[in-house]
Amino acid sequence: MLHEFTRPDVADLASGAALLGTGGGGSPYVGRLMAQAAIDRHGPVPVVQVDELDDDSFVVFASMIGAPTVLGEKIPAGTELARAMEVYEAHVGREITHVLPSEVGGLNSTVPLVAAATRGVPIVDGDGMGRAFPEIQMVTPTIHGIPATPMALADEKGNAVVLETIDNHWTERLGRNAVVQMGSVGFAINFAMTAEQVRRAIIPGTLTMATELGRLVHESRHAGLPVVEQVAAALGGSVVFTGKVVDIERRTTAGFSRGTARLDGTDDHAGEVLQLEFQNEFLVALRDGRPIVTVPDLIIVVDEDLGEAITAEDVRYGYRTAVIAAPCHDQWLTPGGLALAGPAAFGYDWERVPVPRPAGTAR
Amino acid sequence: MRIGIDVGGTNTDAVLLDGDVVVGAVKQPTTADVTGGVVNALTTLLEQVDPGAAPPVIEAVMIGTTHFTNAVVEARRLTPTSCIRLAAPATTALPPGTDWPGHLREAAVFSSHVIGGGHECDGRPIAVLDTAALRTIATELADAGVGAIAVTGVHSYIDGSQERQAEEILREVLPDADITLSHMFGRSGLLERENATVLNASLRHLARHTIRSFEEAVSSLGIAAPLFLSQNDGTVMSARAATELPVATFASGPVNSMRGAALLSGLKDCMIVDIGGTTADVGALQRGFPREAAVAVDIGGVRTNFRMPDVLSVGLGGGSRVHFGDAGVTVGPDSVGFRLLEDGLVFGGRTLTASDIAVAANRAAFGDRDAVRHLTEEQIEAALNEIDRLVGAAIERMRTSPTELPTVVVGGGSVLVGAALPGAGDIVRPPHYGCANAVGAAIAQVGADIERVVSLDGRSRHEVIEQASAEAIERCVAAGARPASVEVVDVDEVPVAYVAGGTVRLRVRAIGDLEVTTHAS
Repeated sequence: MLHEFTRPDVADLASGAALLGTGGGGSPYVGRLMAQAAIDRHGPVPVVQVDELDDDSFVVFASMIGAPTVLGEKIPAGTELARAMEVYEAHVGREITHVLPSEVGGLNSTVPLVAAATRGVPIVDGDGMGRAFPEIQMVTPTIHGIPATPMALADEKGNAVVLETIDNHWTERLGRNAVVQMGSVGFAINFAMTAEQVRRAIIPGTLTMATELGRLVHESRHAGLPVVEQVAAALGGSVVFTGKVVDIERRTTAGFSRGTARLDGTDDHAGEVLQLEFQNEFLVALRDGRPIVTVPDLIIVVDEDLGEAITAEDVRYGYRTAVIAAPCHDQWLTPGGLALAGPAAFGYDWERVPVPRPAGTAR
Repeated sequence: MRIGIDVGGTNTDAVLLDGDVVVGAVKQPTTADVTGGVVNALTTLLEQVDPGAAPPVIEAVMIGTTHFTNAVVEARRLTPTSCIRLAAPATTALPPGTDWPGHLREAAVFSSHVIGGGHECDGRPIAVLDTAALRTIATELADAGVGAIAVTGVHSYIDGSQERQAEEILREVLPDADITLSHMFGRSGLLERENATVLNASLRHLARHTIRSFEEAVSSLGIAAPLFLSQNDGTVMSARAATELPVATFASGPVNSMRGAALLSGLKDCMIVDIGGTTADVGALQRGFPREAAVAVDIGGVRTNFRMPDVLSVGLGGGSRVHFGDAGVTVGPDSVGFRLLEDGLVFGGRTLTASDIAVAANRAAFGDRDAVRHLTEEQIEAALNEIDRLVGAAIERMRTSPTELPTVVVGGGSVLVGAALPGAGDIVRPPHYGCANAVGAAIAQVGADIERVVSLDGRSRHEVIEQASAEAIERCVAAGARPASVEVVDVDEVPVAYVAGGTVRLRVRAIGDLEVTTHAS
């Protein structure tokens, strides 16, 4: 388990988070540079395990909400989350003791490190997804009835708003509109939790897991080991397909990039066809027309040779890929979890197909 | 007629083209001063022309060079540059020069500033331009004697007005400064675009000197034609434009070699395999242009947004070592490289190379064939199969459509490839394949592209694309294209995630034939 985040740890975390982004979540590049700059200035960020939290802890999610492509152009000031924390604390009259990532996939894995380093608070080893999802309410605390609001949202100009909503779906709806006005990038403090709630509602150990995953990719490549198989094994999953992208269709609906990619099988999968449905993240994989992996389980598309994550936005004709299926955390398999992030939550009619769960593991 | 020159690390190649026909081709060693090699190549080339015939009328000279790339890679001869970003309060988390290798930052960055300005993705200003800060910086730079400046505004590829206003203000104090504005590099991704802008500003002094000496080399031989430089996308720019945009020459080499192969073969949609001593570079040509890579490209360890051809390099070349073992035969990726002429069996050496296999199989006829008589039919067959498998797999991987395309093979090592390859379509081996690179330089066109994040916002998709296309065509003509020849070759739209409403990132590219007469001096 990690005890603190140093500069090299952040690079490993960003590589691991790109894989756990399951095709979405945004490029961790800017987030990595920001976290490294904050650590250079303020020193390493202490990491606390969920069972080490004091009972009087007051823990919040710190995240970026908005368009990752805009973040790559309008880079943050770096002070947004500190500002959101101030506004939040003034609103609730309590001091934040720890921050948590809402998602360990994509750029939001590294964003809370900026807040933690700047404010000098520790980060909790865990997150609310164990992967990446597109919307604010799609986190495990929602399953446990923990409200997203009060939510403080701040931009680089110093604007901040506090939202109080009747449920977490309204937080997404109103928050998204505020973010568009902020220039499509905003920083949020939300989902305040006690130590007891964190232990119940959070997926523990995922920052360590993502960091080790990133390290594994670098080390396997260096040692000439098969990177793709190593990654699949580390996630308790398996390679379900190898093939070449032969068709890609994109459409924009309701502010998300949706689409379908078709892959022709190679090697052991020659003659088979894999269809990937995506909406920012890869959500459903169908082999010869039948679903073989669905949300909330993880569908990770990687470069066949390098084992590097390929995002849904970057999928192009001709890519030689391996598709990894890995089990999601058990919290997503509860009725509440499936209602929030199962195939139906994304508008698909397909029934969920559980990927095999390795014996004795509980992710 | 046109002259194409490729100034490479080892050789300077020059070709003379009459229309699309190669009428002369020479190879000369590259010299340390670069110019000497160019003069030698041109002199030899002109001597090849029949002395009895009328001297050729040269309309244009096109040069492809790695000179500016090398200056960055070696961090030498760069001008310390002041980096000014129009963005505050945004972007202050990562100031200009972030994530650069230290030695290169020291060589190329004099100072870095983030001042008020910039735009949102929907065009609203982030802040008004901080003109007072600009004047203060200009005065400081004047006192320090700094004349290279890079100006980068957030979302300036959507609205470049603040960058232009900043230039005007800087010029009031620094009338002769080399100022590079980032919207010239029109793409989203602030750090990558800014890095390109800074490298460009730091190269302009060197570019002026180098290009002047190229011009002197050309005119010293009595050639009065205008000079152009190859860009990394298969198009050229005028020598004057190149003094302002030297970074656009980065990685023009592989592009020229692919485009030259296309001309020599007469194909526009095909696969190109360029086999040298150590590697085979495989790429796809679409409508006569190399397909571009999607990933960010590092130059000397700096992340940039340059357009680069999508080329797959595999470890197979004329010098690749061949091993026969229990598990079968392997060819490469280890290679004797430039020592092939000493180490290869047919050249009297002791190492079995892919070239030896080609000679043994009668695919090539050089060296001493007796030196490979000991190889069995089965061994030769197995090695040939392995070579064909390696090339075939690379072609299959780089193919951009499900239909089989013809494959053009060029480069000295192309003799390794037989008359057919699995899944590769027809194999085409054009004449003058050794000078494909210089030929590519000679035939370059001009191009321009537009990249925007646009909100459809009531307008039709068609309307938005039409407007961007008209702008791309206008820019292409401004870059030197003959208006009637300009066409839009690519429209690419990607929906922007997480933003409400139909917002897309749109990219339109136009190309056209070079209007030679408008540039005649």
